[in-house]
Amino acid sequence: MNFDDNPEEAAYRAEVRAWIEGNAPDLSVLTAEERRTWHPAHKEAARQWQVVKADAGYACISWPREWGGSGGTNIQEAIFNQEEARAGVQFTYFMTGLHFLLPALLEHNQDELTLSLIPSAVRGDKIWCQLFSEPSSGSDSAGARCAAVRDGDDWVINGQKVWNSGAQASDYGLLLTRTNPDVPKHKGLTVFWVDMTTPGLEVRPIKMMSGDAELNEVFLTDVRIPDCQRVGEIDGGWAVVISTLMNERAALGSGTGLSWRDVMALARQTPSWEGTVMDDPAFREWFADYYIRTEAVRLTSFRTLSSLSRGEAPGPESSAGKLLWSNSTQDMSSQAVDLLDMSGLLVDAEDAAANGAFQHRFLWAPGLRLGGGTDEILKNVIAERVLGLPGDVRLDKGVPFREIPSGR
Amino acid sequence: MNFDYTDEQKSLKDEARRFLAAVSPLTAVRAVLEEPGIGHDPALWKRICEQGWCGAAIPEGYGGLGMGYVDLCALAEELGRSLAPVPFASTIYQFAEALVIAGNEEQKQRLLPLVSAGEIIGTLAASEGPGVLRSDALKVRYVDGKLSGTKVPVIDGLAANWAIVLAASDEGSVLVLVDLSQGSVQREVVATLDPTRGAARIHFDGAAGEVIGQAGQGAQLLARVQDHAAVLLAFEQVGGADRCLEMARDYALERYAFGRQIGSYQAIKHKLADMFIANEVGRANAYYGAWALSTQAPELPLAAAAARVAASAAYWQASKENIQTHGGIGFTWEADCHLFYRRARHLGLVVGAPRDWKRRLATRIEQQVAAEGIAA
Repeated sequence: MNFDDNPEEAAYRAEVRAWIEGNAPDLSVLTAEERRTWHPAHKEAARQWQVVKADAGYACISWPREWGGSGGTNIQEAIFNQEEARAGVQFTYFMTGLHFLLPALLEHNQDELTLSLIPSAVRGDKIWCQLFSEPSSGSDSAGARCAAVRDGDDWVINGQKVWNSGAQASDYGLLLTRTNPDVPKHKGLTVFWVDMTTPGLEVRPIKMMSGDAELNEVFLTDVRIPDCQRVGEIDGGWAVVISTLMNERAALGSGTGLSWRDVMALARQTPSWEGTVMDDPAFREWFADYYIRTEAVRLTSFRTLSSLSRGEAPGPESSAGKLLWSNSTQDMSSQAVDLLDMSGLLVDAEDAAANGAFQHRFLWAPGLRLGGGTDEILKNVIAERVLGLPGDVRLDKGVPFREIPSGR
Repeated sequence: MNFDYTDEQKSLKDEARRFLAAVSPLTAVRAVLEEPGIGHDPALWKRICEQGWCGAAIPEGYGGLGMGYVDLCALAEELGRSLAPVPFASTIYQFAEALVIAGNEEQKQRLLPLVSAGEIIGTLAASEGPGVLRSDALKVRYVDGKLSGTKVPVIDGLAANWAIVLAASDEGSVLVLVDLSQGSVQREVVATLDPTRGAARIHFDGAAGEVIGQAGQGAQLLARVQDHAAVLLAFEQVGGADRCLEMARDYALERYAFGRQIGSYQAIKHKLADMFIANEVGRANAYYGAWALSTQAPELPLAAAAARVAASAAYWQASKENIQTHGGIGFTWEADCHLFYRRARHLGLVVGAPRDWKRRLATRIEQQVAAEGIAA
């Protein structure tokens, strides 16, 4: 057991820390409004930083060289990410593409056309989104209905997608379709990559309870895609889905955003009956409980890294990390808002403590427990894949897709 | 970074598991439970001492094997898993660690080889009565080399030959090494929640004792000893919690209700998934504690408190929900579930309750942040 960097890791950390210090964008030139995610100025700063990283070989550190990566290790990539977070220059725009989707795409397709899509994504010029969920299939991804019908060398696609994060600003999407409704549901799915400007494809942002609108509905009406944009086998799309979902849970399980340090800083500057909230025994007891959970997320992400560095796929234990992170984040945002007492109600950056970051997290928190697998689905994954308990009694197994009952 | 045991440590652990399964089945634990007052299994203790485990982390210069703390953690995990009814934790995690931390060279040379060889049982006596231990209100006093007053409960207090006792003195709190065989020491059994781990009330009536460490520093030294013990106990707790989850899982697979395995119901699956997550939180924090202990990192006080809080919570959850998963049969004397429920609470209290350790944890986080601030 060793949680210190070994000499090579320490040297790498020192090298990237110095490099980040010398090259990172200065976000202080932006206004509070411009510093919000998806603001054009913020997005442009992120894009420019991605270009600087790509030129220096830090954009996709762990990818093989033939994909346009640097052929480094997962540990190096994790160290770089930690140092980026430390310097406050970590952006989420390219995460879906570079961490979840493109590795899965390249796992299944290595033709020239696919490879030609990569450099623009690595440089942040093009953004990718995931087009999997549908109104009638959220947790149950394999229940996709969006139909792809073969027409000569093309496929014609009709259907609707939903909860597509970042689709409103994306250039490409990875699209899950139903190509055969007459076989059991997991066996009739096919994945394609699609240019988001293709005629017949329309993106409509959804306003979320937090007031943000970075999730979307995507409507596809007679969208025509050539067969060369198919990913993997016809009716073999489920394998592609599994690759991306495991990447997603591993990434979310490593934890991002506000930390115990932020809530501690808030408690120390907020007055209480005696001294500050940090002196209140009830708060201290909660803080200890929160700390061990958030530390567990950090420490188990090291274990995921250890298995990645041995060339093993991230295991189902990363589902535990995602559950812990999303639930403890909601708990933390609730405590933070409460410790401010009535002022916890204030949300505007100029009125609220910490520029309203905790209130924003509070309103986002329910979504953290839904995206990337709901609490309930992840507990099923742990129960079945880690503990070996039986699957649920299923009414949809071995039944042709078109005969499966559906509600609204 | 390496978040795991080494291959050698894994084989040590596997070997320990096989050994304990053979010599300490739950029937042996139950035998101690059924005979009140015994408190441990002397024959099993002898077998464990013969394995050399007592000296695992004690330096070679003092008759130990000098394997290091992570190896000892691996053994602790297996001891916790097996519920072995032996005075290992009192003797090794507390008595020996107190000598290592606070003893002078002569004291170490005199006693650690005896501990390593399994020739003595030691314990640490701190608690005096209900509530958290306050070093400014100790009733046991040490005056002119003599100890007077009562300690209760003292784990393995009847089986032990030696104790290290926290006492008040004119110079402040002090740790005192006492030979328990002298006539001015009276001991009686006290019944506890976990009869498989013995405990005593000990009266000192002018018993001769020698100072360990610096007089006036007793409470601070005790806190350091407890940090070491907290990490090692966390591994016993994690081992026990994992065993509870396995018991619950196995029962959920074999028990049918309404025509299905109960493990196919989401109510049971999600309960077990929650136990798994709590155990992961316990294990992650315990591993970090093991690293801090084995490297004597400056983070040790923080890591030890986090390990104790997390592992205590995990074992509590796993031991109580294991009973519920078993239903009525789990509530019987005959079923083994309550052995773990009892041990979970025993381990959760022996070096101070979680409430006390959460308080320590919050303070140590603040200290760590302040130290980082100075470093940065």
